Amino acid sequence: MASTLATISSDRIDSRFDSLKGAGRKALVCYITAGFPDTRGTLELMSGLEAEGADVIEVGVPFSDPIADGPIIQASSQRALAGGMTLDKSLELVTRARLAVPVVLFTYLNPLLSAGVDVLERAGNAGVDGVLVSDLPLGADPEREDWLAGSGLAFIRLVAPTTPSDRMSEIARTGSGFVYLISRLGVTGVQSDLPTQLPETAARLRAATSLPICIGFGVAEPHQARSAAGIADGVVVGSALVRAAGESVASALRLARSLRAALDDAT
Amino acid sequence: MTPTQHSGRFGAFGGRYVPETLIPALDELDAAFDSAMADVAFLAEVDTMLSTYVGRPSPLSTAPRFSAAVGAEVFLKREDLNHTGAHKINNTVGQVFLAMRMGKRRIVAETGAGQHGVATATVCARFGLDCVVYMGEEDIRRQSLNVRRMKLMGAEVVPVGSGTRTLKDATSEAIRDWVTNVDSSYYLIGSVVGPAPYPRMVREFQSVIGREARDQMLAAAGRLPSTVVACVGGGSNAMGIFHPFEADPDVELVGIEAAGHGLESGEHSASLLKGRPGILHGTLSYLLQDDAGQIHPAHSISAGLDYPGVGPEHAHLRDTGRAKYFAVTDQGALRGFSMLSRLEGIIPALETSHAITWVADNASRWSAADAVLICISGRGDKDMEQVTDLGIGRK
Ligand SMILES: Cc1ncc(COP(=O)(O)O)c(C=O)c1O
Repeated sequence: MASTLATISSDRIDSRFDSLKGAGRKALVCYITAGFPDTRGTLELMSGLEAEGADVIEVGVPFSDPIADGPIIQASSQRALAGGMTLDKSLELVTRARLAVPVVLFTYLNPLLSAGVDVLERAGNAGVDGVLVSDLPLGADPEREDWLAGSGLAFIRLVAPTTPSDRMSEIARTGSGFVYLISRLGVTGVQSDLPTQLPETAARLRAATSLPICIGFGVAEPHQARSAAGIADGVVVGSALVRAAGESVASALRLARSLRAALDDAT
Repeated sequence: MTPTQHSGRFGAFGGRYVPETLIPALDELDAAFDSAMADVAFLAEVDTMLSTYVGRPSPLSTAPRFSAAVGAEVFLKREDLNHTGAHKINNTVGQVFLAMRMGKRRIVAETGAGQHGVATATVCARFGLDCVVYMGEEDIRRQSLNVRRMKLMGAEVVPVGSGTRTLKDATSEAIRDWVTNVDSSYYLIGSVVGPAPYPRMVREFQSVIGREARDQMLAAAGRLPSTVVACVGGGSNAMGIFHPFEADPDVELVGIEAAGHGLESGEHSASLLKGRPGILHGTLSYLLQDDAGQIHPAHSISAGLDYPGVGPEHAHLRDTGRAKYFAVTDQGALRGFSMLSRLEGIIPALETSHAITWVADNASRWSAADAVLICISGRGDKDMEQVTDLGIGRK
């Protein structure tokens, strides 16, 4: 089944999850902020994270007013903006990185809309495989949701612990690639443990969709990644990697390596 | 005709562009608000509080010396006489009752000038609720009196040091708190901004201004005003006074934005006049932003107008032409501040002063037959330190 799906879909995200599933492995999704610590650092992070075993790279487009983000990603965004990063320059970085693993553009709606009606096509040409918009929940703007769903890129949607089960199904039905399960109430950041109600939320989501599920928000350490992966198909690590990248690219890559090892251990 | 749509849209504007986590909370709020507004006991409770605690109805004053100076008959709707000194408390009372009805005992708010923060701290003290107010570090400096008032009444004032360190970033931080504590907390937004249903809800709670003013005009002058003028930050005092006049086609509605250092200077808060549509803090409206969609910092001498966005209903009124919008600079506002103080013995807030100056500067627009109603959204005590530093009121 996995192989027929893969041949129908040219989608690199689908095939990546299919082959992970076939191998009984979990996905490591790594978030970085485009332009942080600087352009060169972003390029080194992208290729380095791929080499360390990332399955998907999420490239965050910096926004001046990121209401879903905690202090670490706020600060990285401000630094990236101060360095002149834009959505189009983020796309250039994706092109230059020439990654074999799929790339998801992680953005707020305003910079995406400002980039013009052909932005999704430009993103696809640049090598982007999917888009995730953190402030466009289901039903908020049907016209723009259709635009994203019909673009040919995977439209990755988010589910929260507060999302009722029937809404989970609807969210998953209108999305593609994978579903991003927000682990906790709150914004992105580094937390020391996983919320106790997470397994229950993940089980509700599992019952609502056949798409792969990746858990993010607060996942920082290998042991958390391992337990989150136990109830999902993968984990997203953002703030912890960005914080490490603020020290050095090497320390972010070290973290990625230990996350990869923890995930492979778990399976 | 009236853009009150439960879709949460005003024409193309408005909506709910928020993280998924907040959607169920907004659904719950929407339902709770509608059920409260249909409940006579709730409405009576709010009315009693407004009359016995806030001091409503606020008076409508004539302004004979100011009228003579500008050449029209000017009336002042005195929101400055409310408890805590501004219109903000009308909304706060309504939303605090709603929060309690929803079983929430922790209130989160943002504030710019501190007037909304003070109003929130006040009503929370009255009902024994926990109150957390986010305020930009720059505004804490400009409005230190209000910070002390909030603390005295038991609120926790959290300084916000990110971004521009003003209202925009305080709002972002309040939303982040709400996402994190959405089970236990009520987000009490201070203007007709944010995701639906806030713009509609705040307008409804502020419409008491216009309802009273309409009756008072008919009683005092025997007619409706020819023009209603209000300053526009997020736009709540303006929506509050405009809304009950919207269906009166002969009443002109005028909103005054802050032109800061000048509309061409790039340093102002005139989102309706100089912005373009975009999404900030959960709503689609006119915004100050660059070509890449990054929010451009606003500037105004008055902290309460220093916001790069504006309520979505104003965006709609602008596009339909039902309301007209103009702007007054920092220097202009200071003139209005002094003028009303000297001519009428009313020291207006710097925010309000923008509206006063616009009426004074447009003498050629007025004839003696015109009745101009200005919303005096707040009093200027909070601004005395700031204007004294600028050399006003010293001699
Ligand atoms: C006295 C006064 N007027 C006006 C405003 C601007 O807000 P709005 O446009 O929502 O009325 C403020 C905000 O703090 C204020 O304190």
